[in-house]
Amino acid sequence: MIPRVPFRPAPGHRTLMGRGLLMFLIMTLILGTILPLGASSSPDVSSRNGQDNHNHSHRSQDHEGKHHDNKSRKAFPVLEFDYQHVRIPFEIALWVLLASLMKLGFHLIPRLSSIVPESCLLIVVGLLVGGLIKLVGESPPVLDSKVFFLYLLPPIILDAGYFLPIRPFSENLGTILMFAVVGTLWNSFFIGGLLYAVCQIEGANLLRVDLLSCLLFGAIISAVDPVAVLAVFEEIHINELLHILVFGESLLNDAVTVVLYHLFEEFAGVGTVSVVDVFLGILSFLVVSMGGVLVGAIYGFLSALTSRFTSHQRVIEPLFVFMYSYMAYLSAEIFHLSGIMALIACGAVMRPYVEANISHKSHTTIKYFLKMWSSVSETLIFIFLGVSTVAGPHQWNWTFVVMTVILCLVARVLGVVGLTYVINKFRIVKLTTKDQFIIAYGGLRGAIAFSLVFLLDKDHFPDKHMFLTAIITIIFFTVFVQGMTIRPLVDLLAVKKKQETKRSINEEIHTQFLDHLLTGIEDICGHYGHHHWKDKLNRFNKKYIKKCLIAGERSKEPQLIAFYHKMEMKQAIELVESGSGAKLPSAMPSTISLQNIQPKKPADRALPQLSKGREEEIRKILRNNLQRTRQRLQSYNRHTLVADPYEDGWKEILLKKKKIELEKKISQMNNYLTVPAPPSDSPTMARARLASDPQAWRVKPDTDNVPTIKVDLASPQSPESVNVVDEFGKRGGQPQREPEGEDGGLTMKVPSSSGKAPTKADSDDPREQQRLMRCLSDPGPAPDEEEDDDEPFLP
Amino acid sequence: MGAFHSVPTEDNLEDLAERTGFSLEQVKNLHRRFKYLSGGAETLRKENLESISDLAFNPIRKQIIQAFFDKRNFGQNGAGSVQEIGFEEFLIVLANFRPPAPRITEEERETIKREKLRFLFNMHDTDNDGTITLEEYRHVVEELLSSSGAIGKETAKAISDAAMLEVASVTVGQMRPDEFYEGITFEHFQQILKGLDIDSKMSIRFMNVNTSNMRCGK
Repeated sequence: MIPRVPFRPAPGHRTLMGRGLLMFLIMTLILGTILPLGASSSPDVSSRNGQDNHNHSHRSQDHEGKHHDNKSRKAFPVLEFDYQHVRIPFEIALWVLLASLMKLGFHLIPRLSSIVPESCLLIVVGLLVGGLIKLVGESPPVLDSKVFFLYLLPPIILDAGYFLPIRPFSENLGTILMFAVVGTLWNSFFIGGLLYAVCQIEGANLLRVDLLSCLLFGAIISAVDPVAVLAVFEEIHINELLHILVFGESLLNDAVTVVLYHLFEEFAGVGTVSVVDVFLGILSFLVVSMGGVLVGAIYGFLSALTSRFTSHQRVIEPLFVFMYSYMAYLSAEIFHLSGIMALIACGAVMRPYVEANISHKSHTTIKYFLKMWSSVSETLIFIFLGVSTVAGPHQWNWTFVVMTVILCLVARVLGVVGLTYVINKFRIVKLTTKDQFIIAYGGLRGAIAFSLVFLLDKDHFPDKHMFLTAIITIIFFTVFVQGMTIRPLVDLLAVKKKQETKRSINEEIHTQFLDHLLTGIEDICGHYGHHHWKDKLNRFNKKYIKKCLIAGERSKEPQLIAFYHKMEMKQAIELVESGSGAKLPSAMPSTISLQNIQPKKPADRALPQLSKGREEEIRKILRNNLQRTRQRLQSYNRHTLVADPYEDGWKEILLKKKKIELEKKISQMNNYLTVPAPPSDSPTMARARLASDPQAWRVKPDTDNVPTIKVDLASPQSPESVNVVDEFGKRGGQPQREPEGEDGGLTMKVPSSSGKAPTKADSDDPREQQRLMRCLSDPGPAPDEEEDDDEPFLP
Repeated sequence: MGAFHSVPTEDNLEDLAERTGFSLEQVKNLHRRFKYLSGGAETLRKENLESISDLAFNPIRKQIIQAFFDKRNFGQNGAGSVQEIGFEEFLIVLANFRPPAPRITEEERETIKREKLRFLFNMHDTDNDGTITLEEYRHVVEELLSSSGAIGKETAKAISDAAMLEVASVTVGQMRPDEFYEGITFEHFQQILKGLDIDSKMSIRFMNVNTSNMRCGK
């Protein structure tokens, strides 16, 4: 009776075992899910409350039996069964578990996940589960709109908003707004109007559907759904422009939808709409969208401000981010403003400042929590869509449904084509036909439309069930048909895909350079364009806003430097993770190091030479000052964030890197005399010094995490072969310090050891020395993730 | 060379429009702007451009202004710089920032990309030796960071070193320790900036409307 999920036996024995186990787990869970859920899920069933159900009744009868036997003396119940008081959290947890196991299960069937997008599979699972529940005899739970809007939707939107790529979004903002506002309006009126016309046709038995209902239906169904778009587009890796256009549209059309929905809902009761109402509607739209953005921005700033002060309580940093964002959403919902836009604004506004303030680990936490929550939410939404479909109640009307589907498609295509024609007049990079096709095809509908219909009042809208059926059909159509076919179509049309290149520092430098260049050219030409205002905003941001929202030194850090540090950190982390100088992932077969680019010193350069004796003296002094061990007792406290070796490790690596460079300079002391001293308050140095601050710095006695790196003379091997002098491994790393004014500004730090380095330097072979010292600043194959943005406020 | 010695007539403007690819309207607007900047004179000098107050905040102001007076950008394989330019040169330099037409062949797109990259390259390669040396690159980064206050030469140096290293790694690959990477040649420059989509990024919208009435902060 339980449908077997089919799977092909894998070639290997172990894989078979693994799959088998997982299948078993899933089936047990399904069994376990169905029965208690069927027993007590639906609210209408509460009265029956499981007494009729087989499983339950046995136990309760047992219970009864026991009681009857011991009426006089109540025996102490060794084992009790009390499901009621954990019912709700139990069910929620069960559903979430089921959803997650489903996600796991799909990937066991390899070819399936590449043909069918996950959203489709989840809906199918929902259908199955719903069907099972119905078979058992209970009525399946329906996607409660309140639960949907308050709990399931916000994580997805926050995830999208926080990691929204600001640069392409702001560059295409005009286009996105056109599609979102004008496109949605066009869609709703077109569909609503034509449906009404269709309903007037005699044979369709639809005369009772009035104009306002149709328009409302049109408004609900015309909005492109962010959840569905995300779910499908995530898997096809389309190029950034198209992704941001469709996705941006799906986010920003929420304001239009909200206004139209409330407008038509209000007036459906009354029956007529006057001109004043239309005007009020437009006003309401402005209020809803601007208000939403404003609320979001306010909370965003609050969150950024709060994060400035969290340097001593790192553990709760992610909490602030989540809570402020959620509050923004809820506050907007209080006033019927657009909650989605509030969330997006909050996430986008707070991100640059929060990221500058919080620790690396909080950043990781935020990222993974958001991803996790949004993933679970998405899964639950789709499963519930399936279950709700089975739940009904449905009212199928062929004309209505078929016409809806056709009109939706037609309206979308016409809308996109028409708008693109207008938009292309203003764009620098025009949208091609291929682009238009993908934009039109990517207009998927999803659960938001469903929930909105569900919220309708049955009294005002007697055709609620018909609407529901039609909406579900549309959703299924777009998600299944369009979702499944978009991937092969993208390949067929050879649409540009997302480029997986990582941001190089040259590109970063030139992007900045271009920004300034274009701003300059605009100023010379005298017209205040896009770049001019962006530049003004950036300057304003830097001058005032950053100062109050970002803690400490980092407020002055220009973006290029932040990028550079980020890159260094990535390399350093990679270094630590790949262990003790063993084989590192080699992506770039390059053995170029710093000495290859340093200009050769002309032989006839007349500079004073340091005598060898002097050199040795300097070195000794520096060495003595730098010799300091760092073994500290580790004290664990749940509330303080103990520095973890990785986080410490990278700072050490950075320090070491600097030392290596400086060591090299010492070896070249014959060639030039002074090296400019690092300014004492540059953020780099400040952080390095902080790293050496005894109070803030705890290190595990076990320094094995720090790679002990060996010198390897004959190694043309892997690119990031870290060849550094070995002495570093012995100690836990050295603090950096300015040496006591030696030789007027000579600031060099030397690894304190009597090892190979100094002796090599003494030898008259700087070349050999250089060969030993490989610079670690090879930009390596840093694991790049999608949110690699460290951009100015409006890049 | 190439400066107008007479009042530009309609034919001249049309001819210019054709050569540089602007529309006639745009050429007229730019001519008005040119007159405004030069204070009515036939030629533009550096001081005229430097006095634009909006440019004051631009960290690479000097390079931009220099680019207008750099003979290499006038399209006739010249070299060196001049003291004053005429409207024709002004237009030619600005033509580098025209957005590409929507329907062009791959080859034309490549040509446009190359020209724009060449402009950028010329801006960096100040001594016109065909390569961007470490010093020149360092100077670029310093200028970029100069607007952000006292960052210090050390960090600029570190960044430009890292960038140079990256260029060398990407373009040359393997080098023996005693080999020396001279500098970024134009081919290497093209290679490392491949991912930037320079033809669309390095464009501004030239308005078809009369902009001479807009305040430009002079």
